[in-house]
Amino acid sequence: MQPLTRVEGRAIPLGLKNVDTDIIIPAKWLKTISREGLGRGAFETIRSEPGNIFDDPAYTGANILIAGDNFGCGSSREHAAWALGDLGLRVVIAPSFSDIFSGNAVKNGILPVVLPQEAVDRLLEVARAGEPITVDLEDQTVTTTYQDRFTFDLDPFRRHCLLNGLDEVGLTMARGEAIGGFEADRTAAQPWLMRGTAA
Amino acid sequence: MASRPRTLYEKIWDAHVVETRDDGTALIYIDRHLVHEVTSPQAFEALKVAGRPVRRPELTLAVPDHNLPTTARVDAGGTPVTIADPESAAQLAALEANAPAYGIRYIPATAKEQGIVHVVGPEQGFSLPGTTIVCGDSHTACHGGLGALAFGIGTSEVEHVLATQTLLLQQSRPMEVRVDGDLGPGVSAKDLILHIIGEIGAAGGSGYVIEYRGAVFAAMSVEERLTVCNMSIEAGARAGIIAPDDTTFAYLKGRPMAPSGADWDAAVAYWRTLHTDDGAAFAKSVVIDAANIEPSVTWGTSPEDVVPIGGRVPSPQDFADESKQVAAQKSLDYMGLIPGTPMTAIAIENVFIGSCTNSRIEDLRAAAAVLKGRRKADTVRWAIVVPGSGLVKAQAEEEGLDKVFTAAGFEWREPGCSACLGMNPDKVPPGERCASTSNRNFVGRQGPGARTHLVSPAMAAAAAVTGRLADVRELV
Repeated sequence: MQPLTRVEGRAIPLGLKNVDTDIIIPAKWLKTISREGLGRGAFETIRSEPGNIFDDPAYTGANILIAGDNFGCGSSREHAAWALGDLGLRVVIAPSFSDIFSGNAVKNGILPVVLPQEAVDRLLEVARAGEPITVDLEDQTVTTTYQDRFTFDLDPFRRHCLLNGLDEVGLTMARGEAIGGFEADRTAAQPWLMRGTAA
Repeated sequence: MASRPRTLYEKIWDAHVVETRDDGTALIYIDRHLVHEVTSPQAFEALKVAGRPVRRPELTLAVPDHNLPTTARVDAGGTPVTIADPESAAQLAALEANAPAYGIRYIPATAKEQGIVHVVGPEQGFSLPGTTIVCGDSHTACHGGLGALAFGIGTSEVEHVLATQTLLLQQSRPMEVRVDGDLGPGVSAKDLILHIIGEIGAAGGSGYVIEYRGAVFAAMSVEERLTVCNMSIEAGARAGIIAPDDTTFAYLKGRPMAPSGADWDAAVAYWRTLHTDDGAAFAKSVVIDAANIEPSVTWGTSPEDVVPIGGRVPSPQDFADESKQVAAQKSLDYMGLIPGTPMTAIAIENVFIGSCTNSRIEDLRAAAAVLKGRRKADTVRWAIVVPGSGLVKAQAEEEGLDKVFTAAGFEWREPGCSACLGMNPDKVPPGERCASTSNRNFVGRQGPGARTHLVSPAMAAAAAVTGRLADVRELV
């Protein structure tokens, strides 16, 4: 995974609340066995409208998306994160995110930034003015050329993984002994739990 | 051992902590993993590339469901039918190859045990109380109806579970939704969960695991509890859970993958400890009186857009929140609805009875009870019933329900996710309405431009008969 420390660039001021993962990437695009190329289907319904924000030349090359409450709600499809990444987006700023989406985003090097609605409203204005926004994960700040400065929280483990581009599977496989110990205790105490399909 | 009072969620969580990192992230053991064809190919591919094995293949069960057409699976000669869509076929073939390559039990499309993962898990006794259950599918919350901690995960986490049988997680906060009293006649578990989502909102459960408590849930069958927990994700909750009890144990006893003999007794003894202790604290609590709940329908494009069937299409000005006003206007435009219209005046052209929310035997019985001796309105162009599994289908046929449905003008299909999501041939045409027993009314969910009204199975049947959204209580 590509590390993420600081992202500076233009932002797409989407602003809508409850942007579900069917909006981010409709189901017909999920028939792939690859993680690549999903940007083609990203926000397909919105992009079918002439003059939509994603095809507005003012936001060409944007690497930040600003949205409303509950971004990424609905389906667990990681294709949503893959599609955003394929569009070149590295940061999504919103007042809140769905739990599953924010986890998927981090695992794909995309930073979900939670800020209060007032801060998001201000950033939407800045984005609409075409001014760049800077997101610094080291300092946990979002700043603008107008001297705005907002700080955000992020779970320390997620921050650590993003800053260092870490692969969680590799990290956990290094804990194989602890997992083996848990399994041995479990097998002794509640063997039926460990049988699964072999029951 | 003296310990502070804990919620059911906290008890299950504590029993699965392998270790906790200094930063508070816990390594949680996963007891049961369900896999379908859509969210797993990239996970298997990553394992292959990294040369990683599957740690515990017997704790994963693979079933195809999302892409499968719901038309006949074998031809007259018994030969499996080829899947016409090449991408769907490739995805299904990938699961069929990946599962056995890693020693994972695979239920093929032609087996009578095949079905929607969330119907198959409980039905096979693979899903058990007190276990952690995950699947690359948000409706995994369903299995909380058995008293399991069950939640949806992304594909990277599917890979993580396959490789390590664990997940790195932050603990959610416990939330209580208490419903006491009795549900009125014609008011089902689906009406209740739609009502709850309407009350707390699509993000009302965000960051929480909801425990459903109170007399209404205690009186429910396991099927009804699965329906309630299934839609927890539509309220933004990580999971939904209902404490296991004698109803749960009776449901599970004798199922193929459930414990048996001495193991059964040990399991039940353990399961009886799985309840929220007196004095345990919830971070958030919502109390609802069952007596106030009517059959529920959605009018918009978020599952929180719920009104009673006797209600009207709202106006954007009815909402205090400005962003909700904007969202409501967009929903009304998409749905082609005018504020103030009585819900019962909305004509529908399609009816879908199925999905992991409402495709179990009790759901089919409820719909058939309304349809018996009746026929769908001529204006209803397409009406289908898609049983949740081959076993549900066989049971329904034994009870003669298939005859009731076909006599009423419904198509009787093979199991799968079907018209719940637009990725197999079952779709609602653009601009047309569907009374659907599924779980999401999102823009384009049932096909591009399709307009979804979420309802219970009995209400879907009532809509089919009248050709509009209708109050089932006026038909029975």
